[in-house]
Amino acid sequence: MTEESLSSAIRNRINMKDGIVHVDAGGLHYKDLNTILRTLGNPVPIVHIENVYGQRYIGTDLSNNMEIHICGTPGNDVAAFLDGSTIIVHGNAQDGVGNTMNRGRVIVHGRAGDIVGHSMRGGEVYIREDVGYRCGIHMKEFEGKKPLIVVGGTGQDYLGEYMAGGTLIVLGLKMGSKPIHHARFLGTGMHGGVIYLRGEAVHTSKEVQIKPLDESDYKILRRDVEAFCKEFEIQPEPIMECEFTKLIPASKRPYGNLYVY
Amino acid sequence: MKSFLESEFTVVRDEERCIRCKVCVNQCAYETHCYDAEDDRILSKDENCVNCHRCVIFCPTHAIRIEQNVTGYTQNSNWSREAIVALKKQAEYGGILITGMGCDKPNFTYWDRLLLDASQVTNPSIDPLREPMEIKTFLGSKPDRIELEEVDDDVVLQTKLSPQLVCEAPILFSALSYGAVSFNVHTALAKAATEFGTYMNTGEGGLDERLYKYGDHIIVQVASGRFGVHPGYLDVGAAVEIKIGQGAKPGIGGHLPGEKVTEDISRTRMIPVGTDALSPAPQHDIYSIEDLRQLIYALKEATDYTKPISVKIAAVHNSAAIASGMVRAGADIIAIDGVRGATGSAPKVIRDNVGIPIELALASVDQRLRDEGIRNHASVIVAGGIKSSADVIKAIALGADAVYVGTAALVAMGCTLCQKCHTGKCPWGIATSDPWLTKRLNPDIATRRLTNLLRAWSLEIKEMMGGMGINAVESLRGNRMRLRGVGLTDTELKILGVKMAGD
Repeated sequence: MTEESLSSAIRNRINMKDGIVHVDAGGLHYKDLNTILRTLGNPVPIVHIENVYGQRYIGTDLSNNMEIHICGTPGNDVAAFLDGSTIIVHGNAQDGVGNTMNRGRVIVHGRAGDIVGHSMRGGEVYIREDVGYRCGIHMKEFEGKKPLIVVGGTGQDYLGEYMAGGTLIVLGLKMGSKPIHHARFLGTGMHGGVIYLRGEAVHTSKEVQIKPLDESDYKILRRDVEAFCKEFEIQPEPIMECEFTKLIPASKRPYGNLYVY
Repeated sequence: MKSFLESEFTVVRDEERCIRCKVCVNQCAYETHCYDAEDDRILSKDENCVNCHRCVIFCPTHAIRIEQNVTGYTQNSNWSREAIVALKKQAEYGGILITGMGCDKPNFTYWDRLLLDASQVTNPSIDPLREPMEIKTFLGSKPDRIELEEVDDDVVLQTKLSPQLVCEAPILFSALSYGAVSFNVHTALAKAATEFGTYMNTGEGGLDERLYKYGDHIIVQVASGRFGVHPGYLDVGAAVEIKIGQGAKPGIGGHLPGEKVTEDISRTRMIPVGTDALSPAPQHDIYSIEDLRQLIYALKEATDYTKPISVKIAAVHNSAAIASGMVRAGADIIAIDGVRGATGSAPKVIRDNVGIPIELALASVDQRLRDEGIRNHASVIVAGGIKSSADVIKAIALGADAVYVGTAALVAMGCTLCQKCHTGKCPWGIATSDPWLTKRLNPDIATRRLTNLLRAWSLEIKEMMGGMGINAVESLRGNRMRLRGVGLTDTELKILGVKMAGD
């Protein structure tokens, strides 16, 4: 599909200025918005989508390497099935950020709703503030693919539920130098991957164990926290001064002994 | 603890026929037979036998017979042998009883109490051997009306049609996930679907890249575990199916044990070798019809509106209302799996007690969608215990567009319904990922067996249609006047929407 194939009404929404493609999304249906995003892409552009008012699925299945800035509030499932591009949300995101994402980066300058990174298998998600329930649910890793979620704030219950791989870091930056994360049932059904909490958890599920961090953990943490800080222009050193809690699965087979054959 | 369980089967060997060739020893995956070199004879451990018939079929001298253990418990109509064995097992192991295949209880089948009509005197029957019979089936959303325009003496369709699946017969292969079944089984299903002109369904374990070339005849499934779901997988299929539930285990998730996650399966599911593949009970982004709509449209966006999106549910008490919601949520196809639907592994208590027969669910779903004027917005595929072409044609007369067959396809490939799929030791090389066992199923021969089955059923369907004086399957769909019931109560007849035979 080429830009010429778009209808004139949609084409009028696109404006090129200083090498940046501006798209006016005000009142535009998500289907048309995604059609625009799919037609752009060669050469790889920087896209600013302005006046976003809750359109769902922005950037779904986007496999080219664009840098997309969303100005406003995107709807659910932003970056679902994402497979390459970088999506930067200048505002809050809703539910399902990076749902079943495979590759790429999502950066949210604000908070995000429930199920951030649901079943994501690759790529990185950085949320500056808090996240809702079930963040990182069923994220998994495979070979070279190891997903990462870094949350600047804290999360709600069932953080890391069914987690099967990847890294989930929760920093609690607005909770002082010794954050207490109040989410309950952390890591329910967790059978892979690792969760690092800056500070402490009050309620973990029976499927996880708390372990002390060793030097290799700090190496991972420092790298990922620095990447987070770079996105939001925060100093990483004070963050790393605090004690972290590491949660890993108590068993790779949490439900192995429930059955009789 | 001393086990109080007895062997379920007795291996009877005709010593005069047995030539000590040890085929049975090698064929049994459960180590039932062993060769005693000292006495030059083959011994059998009855307690290991699952009655899969592998040794019976492959014994060159037909020396083996398997019998039900004749040592029964004292006759008791309330406490069956099955109930006693279950109690003893649970007392010894303290866990959920797991089984394979579909519900084996009697009395849940309505197909056998429905009879088909035929033409006599007042309207002619059609001979399908001489006249064309149309059983090609299109699956997907149909428009409320079509607009045509005359251009230069030609009629041109103006209405934009939704994407459709095209089946040469109203029969598709049901979802059988890679991991639960072997690669050779997936290959045979994909090849047979391609050769015949229908579809196989990947199930929730992803699709091996070696089978991508059959993508035009594959429905790719997206379930709660999202295993192997990535943009390439969504792109390669002819349709995408969201799995909410399955008939064998409505309301619960799946659990592929780590030992079945071999290298190949790990690559397809995209999880490390040896880890458990846990599918949560719900899809955690779907808690309502509105949420379902959200995933349907996420998948439509991901596939650029080029493929039908199917949603599969288990048949439960309020299926009709749920189906209405599914159609309104934008599903192009709704698949309903009845209580007799099979599985690679499920808690026995759930398999045998949860869900409703597909015949009743189908009748009420079809009626509900008709009453609401939205029946054309989605095609209906039914599954769960379709065991013959007669069941297919009765399903269509009750209102289905097509059927999914799982168990029937497995039986065609060699399955004997021993119900031990969950052990991963299928001696027929079907429900296993053990490389030694999977080699037993030759994909080319299995493909032939499957295409033969589809051909045979198609011929029978045409014969039955011809007998009714119907030459296009479309004319039979939802045509309940061509069905009559026997041995059914008034309430059953009312729900099925059919008259009593003789009426």
